[in-house]
Amino acid sequence: MNKPLPVLTLKDFTSDQEVRWCPGCGDYAILKTIQKLMPELGQARENQVFVSGIGCASRFPYYMNTYGFHTIHGRAPAIATGVKLANPQLDVWVITGDGDGFSIGGNHMLHVLRRNVNLQILLFNNEIYGLTKGQYSPTSQPGTRSPSSPEGSIDSPLSPCAVALGSGGTFIARSIDTEAKHLTMVTTRGYAHKGAAFIEILQNCPIYNDGIFEKLKDKKSAPDFRVEVEHGAPIIFGQDNQKGIHLNRESLSLEVIDVAGNEGRILVHNENNKVLAQLLAAMVGPEFPVAVGVLYREDKASFVEDSREQLSRARSKPGSLKELLHSGHTWEVK
Amino acid sequence: MELAEEKLDEHHLDEKEVVDVVVRFAGDSGDGMQLTGANFTQATALYGNDLSTFPDFPAEIRAPVGATFGVSAFQIYFGAEDVTTAGDELDVLVAMNPAALITNIGNLVDGGLIIVDSGAFSAKNLNKAKYATNPLEDGSLGGFRVLSIDISKLVLSAVKSFGLSHKDGLRCKNMWTLGLVMWLFDRDRIPTIENLKRKFASKPDIANANIASLNAGHAYGETAELPAGIHVYRIPKAKVAPGTYRNITGTTALAWGLIAGSELADIDLLFASYPITPASNLLHELVNRKQFRINTFQAEDEIAAVCAAIGASFAGSLGVTSSAGPGIALKSEGIALAVATELPLVIVNTQRGGPSTGLPTKTEQSDLNMALYGRHGDTPMPVIAAATSIDCFDVAIEAVRIATKYMTPVMLLSDGYLANAAEPWQIPDVDSLQAFPVSHHRDPEGFKPSLRNDKTLARVWAKPGTPGTEHRIGGIERSFETGDISYDPDNHQKMTDLRAAKVAGIANDIPLQEVCLGNTSGKLAVVGWGSTFGAIHQAVKRARGEGLDVSHIQVRYLSPLPPNLGELLSNFAAIIVPEMNTGQFVRLIRSEFLIDADGVSKVAGQPFKIGEILAAIHKKLAEMEAVHAGSAA
Repeated sequence: MNKPLPVLTLKDFTSDQEVRWCPGCGDYAILKTIQKLMPELGQARENQVFVSGIGCASRFPYYMNTYGFHTIHGRAPAIATGVKLANPQLDVWVITGDGDGFSIGGNHMLHVLRRNVNLQILLFNNEIYGLTKGQYSPTSQPGTRSPSSPEGSIDSPLSPCAVALGSGGTFIARSIDTEAKHLTMVTTRGYAHKGAAFIEILQNCPIYNDGIFEKLKDKKSAPDFRVEVEHGAPIIFGQDNQKGIHLNRESLSLEVIDVAGNEGRILVHNENNKVLAQLLAAMVGPEFPVAVGVLYREDKASFVEDSREQLSRARSKPGSLKELLHSGHTWEVK
Repeated sequence: MELAEEKLDEHHLDEKEVVDVVVRFAGDSGDGMQLTGANFTQATALYGNDLSTFPDFPAEIRAPVGATFGVSAFQIYFGAEDVTTAGDELDVLVAMNPAALITNIGNLVDGGLIIVDSGAFSAKNLNKAKYATNPLEDGSLGGFRVLSIDISKLVLSAVKSFGLSHKDGLRCKNMWTLGLVMWLFDRDRIPTIENLKRKFASKPDIANANIASLNAGHAYGETAELPAGIHVYRIPKAKVAPGTYRNITGTTALAWGLIAGSELADIDLLFASYPITPASNLLHELVNRKQFRINTFQAEDEIAAVCAAIGASFAGSLGVTSSAGPGIALKSEGIALAVATELPLVIVNTQRGGPSTGLPTKTEQSDLNMALYGRHGDTPMPVIAAATSIDCFDVAIEAVRIATKYMTPVMLLSDGYLANAAEPWQIPDVDSLQAFPVSHHRDPEGFKPSLRNDKTLARVWAKPGTPGTEHRIGGIERSFETGDISYDPDNHQKMTDLRAAKVAGIANDIPLQEVCLGNTSGKLAVVGWGSTFGAIHQAVKRARGEGLDVSHIQVRYLSPLPPNLGELLSNFAAIIVPEMNTGQFVRLIRSEFLIDADGVSKVAGQPFKIGEILAAIHKKLAEMEAVHAGSAA
C-alpha cells in the first residue's frame, strides 16, 4: 500500500475505443474533463470503476481506460451499489442520463441517494432521448416537439436536483458540459464527499435538442441566465454583478433584486441549508437565473461503511460451517 | 437413495402398533399451530421415527378469528419406514375450531381420529365456518372417532395459578393439545419444555403457564376415560443410518448450502433480495450468517436485487439473488445481462402458485418454462432443481460451483413446499465436501476480457482493483477476439453459438442420470423433477410392492439435461411425468428426445399425494395392458 502511485496523465485514462458520439455532442467535453480530472484525484487507475445504464451518456465507460460496466437501462445505481458493497475500496462512478436516471431508473436513483451509497453520480441532462432518436424525456420543457409529441409534450418536467434533494441526497450539485473548470471543481468536491454525490450536468444534444442551454452557456448571455453559487458568498449575477437573489421571508420564496441599494438583503449561499437548496434547485428562467455549483451538502453515515461495520462486528468471530450445521437440536443414531 | 422394498401394510389406528401416522394440527392463524407442529416434530425425531412435515398457512397474516380462510395447519407424517412426503390422508386431525374442522375433514381417513376443542364450537364460530348445525352433535362425524374436549375450559383451569389474563390463558390451548397428542404417541415432553423456557425466558409466568398446559394435556390422556380404541400408539423406530441428525427446512438447507458454496469456492457472497413470499425466509436466514463470507442487501425492488448481485459479481464476489415467480419475471432483463457479460450469478426461485400474485403461500412448479426460456434473445442458462428439503443444501453448492466455474447465471428451482417442509438430515461431514476454489485473473500480460478457458469456454474473471487488467464489459454484443463492442454479423453468430455451447458443455460435468428406485429398463418409468420426489418415491415403492414393473427417475439437472437421460428413458416402454404444472417438463422431454411421455398434472397449490401418483401408475399400466390385449386379439 505504501508504494508510490505512478504519475498518470489524461492519456492513461483514455481507452483505445473510438468515441462514437455525434459531432458537437456535449458528451465529448464532459469526457475530456473527467479524463483530465482522473490523474488529479491521485488514485490508482485500477480502483476506478465506471458503471452506466443505457443511452448516449451511458457509452461513457467504454472510453475510460478504467474498469467499466455498461449495464441495462436505468439500473446503473443498483449495479454500482453491488460493486461498492462487494469492494468498498473501489471508487465507483455512475454515468446516467435524464431518461436513464429519472424515467426508467427513477426508483434506483431515489434509493441510491436515500441510502447514501458512497459513489459519484454524473447525470447528463440534455432534456431529450437521444439514442432512440429524439423523443421527449422527463426533463423536457413542456411543449417540446418530438417524434412522440408532434404537438408538443404535455408532461410536466421534473428537476433532477430537486428530486435528488427530496430523495435524501447528501451532495447535490449542478454544472455545465462545456464549463470544464467549473465541472472539475464540482466533481472534485463530489469525489471528496462521503456518500452519494449527485451532479447534474446540463448537456447539449446538437441533434435533437440543440441550444436549449445556449443562454446559460453563451458568453454574452450567461451572466444574466445563470448564477454560480458558492458557500458563504452572496448570490449575485448579471453582466456587472448588478442583480442578486433575495429570500422573501413572508412568502418563503426567492426574488431577483438589484444589488444597488439592497446591501444586506442579498441571500448568502449556505450549502448546508436544505430548504434553501430546494429553492435554488427550482430556479428556472427566464424569471430566474439557473443555479450552478454545489447546491447542498451534508455529512451523513454512508450505507457501505455501515454495512462493512456490521460485517466486521459479525466476523469478529469467524463462522465455522461445522458448528453451524451442528447448531441447535441434533441427535445421534447409533 | 436405494431403499428397502418391504410391502407396506395398510395401517389403522385400531392396532396398538402402527407403521406410520399422519397428524395434522389445524387452527386459527393465532392458535400457534406452527409452533405446536415444530415441537411435535422435534419430539418425533428424537423418538427415532423418520418424518416429513408440511406447514400450510394462509396468505393473511391475521385473518379474522374463526374464518375458514384463516386456518393455519401443520402436517407431519412419521413412522418406521422411510418417509419422504408429508402424507396423503390424515389419521389424526386436531381441529382447534369449526373452521379448522370443516377445511380439513375431507382428508381424514375413515375411522380416523378427530381431536376438537368443543369450547370453540360456539354458535358464532359454527356460523363463521358455515356449519348449519354443530357437527359434534348432529351425527355427521359418525364415520370417525371423535375426542371432543372442552380444551378452552381445561386450559384456563390449568393456568389459573399463574395470574394470566383470560386471553393469555387461552393462548396456552395449543400446548395443552400438544401434551395430549404427545401422550397419544408416547413422545418426550422435555425438549418442548426446554424450548418454552427459552422462548419465554423474559416472561417466566407465560413459560410456566405453557408448561403447565402441556403437562395438563398429557395428564388428561393418562387419566381421563377415553372412548374405546383411543390409547397410546407405539410406532416402531425407523431404521436409519448411524450418524448425527437434525431437522432442517428447505430454506435453511439452501441458505447453509450457499454458505458452504462460498467456502468451497473461497469467495465472498453478496445475497441481494427483495421480500416476497415464500422466498423471504432465505434472506432472514442469511442476514444472521454474516460471520461467514456472506453479506446481504435488501434492495428497493427485484430488479435492483438482481442488479446489485451482478454488480457484486463484476467486482469479484459471487452475487446471489432470490425470489418467487413474479419477482423472477422482473429480474429477467438483468439475468440476460449476466448471460451476455458472462458473469457468475445464482438465482433462487422458490416457486409458488401463479400466475400473477396467484397463491403466494402455496406450492407449484409452474416456473420451469420461465427458468428455461423466460428471457429475451437466445439466452441459455443452467437450471437445477432441489428434490427434497435436505437436497437444497447440495443443490445450492452445485449452483455455486457451476456459476463460478462456467461464468454463467444459474437458476436454482425450489418451491413453497420444500422451503417450509422439514425433514431429518444426517449432517454431512464438512471436510468431505469437495472444494472448487475460484481464482481471479491477475496477469496483465496479454490480457483481454474475451480470454476464455478452452475446456469450459468460461470467460476470464478479472476483478476491479487488479492493476493492468482494466477493461470494459456491457450488454452490447462483444467481439469474440477482443471483447470490445462488435456489430459484426459473423461475430454475433459466433458468440450466440458460443453461449449455447458453453451451457451445453456443462452436461459433461454433471453426474449421469440414475434411477433412484427400480430398474434401468422396463415397463414404466415415473419421471419427476423438484419436490415431487417424495410422493413419486412412495408411490413407486408401493407399486413395486404390488409386483409392478415401475421405476422412479428424478431429474435434478433440467438444463442442460444429463447426457444419458434420453437413452435411459428409451429403455422404458412408457413414461409418465407427474408435475405441479400443466406439463412443462413433459413437453421438454417429448421435444428433446422425441419420446411419447404422458404428463400427470396437478395445480392445486398442494403437493401430490402418494395415492394420486399410484393411481396414475395403475391407470397407465392398465392402458398398456388394454392396448396389448387389443393388439393380441
